[in-house]
Formats: sequence, structure tokens, C-alpha cells
Amino acid sequence: MKLNEFIEKSGFELVTEGDMEGELSEVFCCDLLSFAMTKNPAGSVWVTVMGNVNTVAVAVLTEGGCIVVAEGAEVDENAIGKARMQGVCILKTDKSVFKAALEAHYLIS
Amino acid sequence: MSDTIKLHYNVSPDDFTRAGEASGDVKSKLKKMGVSPEAVRKVAIAMYEGEINMVIHAEGGYIDVIISEEDITMILVDMGPGIADIEQAMQAGWSTAPDNIRSLGFGAGMGLPNMKKYSDYMDIDTKIGVGTTVTMKVNM
Repeated sequence: MKLNEFIEKSGFELVTEGDMEGELSEVFCCDLLSFAMTKNPAGSVWVTVMGNVNTVAVAVLTEGGCIVVAEGAEVDENAIGKARMQGVCILKTDKSVFKAALEAHYLIS
Repeated sequence: MSDTIKLHYNVSPDDFTRAGEASGDVKSKLKKMGVSPEAVRKVAIAMYEGEINMVIHAEGGYIDVIISEEDITMILVDMGPGIADIEQAMQAGWSTAPDNIRSLGFGAGMGLPNMKKYSDYMDIDTKIGVGTTVTMKVNM
């Protein structure tokens, strides 16, 4: 599934746009950035509560498909600025990490 | 062709907004040069962890990157407090990072172990009160 279709079907709130035609690979959940750095699969839907600038940096380095900030956690201004600059898609939802990831999994599988 | 490419990056202290820029730049340059994805990934991980360490612990510093036909060498130099016990610092889970760093998703004691794991060679030269130089190599 392409990112733009995923955004439409998931109903997650769009914060910043990324490679909207990019194909999503799988769902990944992690809040520890040193771990995500080595494990986040390319093209992933990365569900986390970390909405800071370092999450964006890790998504860039791992070539993730998009970041979903769940649990209503805040996405800070630095993260939004960096994501716009680097073309990283950030989505937001009040759903729990588990529910957001499960829904994402059903959508892209 | 035996040309080597040398790159130099300054790492700003306490500036998380820019942490990852140096490793990101090296990553995109290596990709454009056609370096294998596995080597690019290893460099990106090892160097990003190094950058983060310099921002958290050492008030910044600089990184020199030398790309040759055989390998990619990263030399990370800071004038921070030094590492008191390298063996302890190398243990996964050991961290001296403060709570505000942990709340950003770091400080789990994975930085140096990741750097070691994702480089083919790593050397730490550190002196208390003077600074630390970490040299890492990733084979092509």
C-alpha cells in the first residue's frame, strides 16, 4: 500500500507529508531510539510515542515510510520543522500504540 | 583510482535539532557513490550514535570521515569529560545520561555497544578532563 492511501484509510491525522507514493513495508513499534536505529525496517510504519526531532533523524537514517505518533503524544515544533525539511511523513493519533499498530498492520498486509 | 575523500563536520553541543545531520550527509554521499547498502547502514548507525554521544556527554566536537577504496574511517573528537571506565561504558545498559536525555528516547546504554557492533574496527582514546577520540572503520 502506498503512503497516501494509508493516510486516507487509517484516518490518522496528517502532520507532515513525506514520499506519498512510497510503498509501505511493515509495521514497527519502538520508543527507544538506539534500538529503532538498528531495527526500523525501510518503508515501515513506525508507531511510537516519541514525537521529537531525534525520531525524525532516525526515520531518515533508516529510510522509514512514516512515523505514527500514538497515544495522543505531542509532536514538537523542532520535529515538525525537521520532518518538513527532510520530507518525512508524521501522522498522529489518540489511539494506543497497540491499536494504531494493529490497524496499520491490517491495512498494509 | 586511489583517491580518498575527506569530509569534516562540526557537532554542536546540546543541539539535538542538528544531531544526525553529519551521519545523514555521509549516508547520502556513500549511497551516491554506490557503496553497498550494508556498509552504508553500518556507517549511518555507528556515526549517528557517536554524534548523539558527543551532543549528550561532550559538549560537541568534530568528526572527520575518510572514504577510501577499502574502508570508511570515522574519527570523532571531543573535548568532553572523558570516559572514566571504558569497560563499564561498553556494557549494554550502562549509562550516565541524565533523565532529560532518557525522555528523548536515548540513554539506554546502547550507544557505545551499537558503535562497536556496527563497525569493523573501533578504538577509544580517552583522558579524564581532556576529551575522547573514537576511531571507527567500516569495511567496503
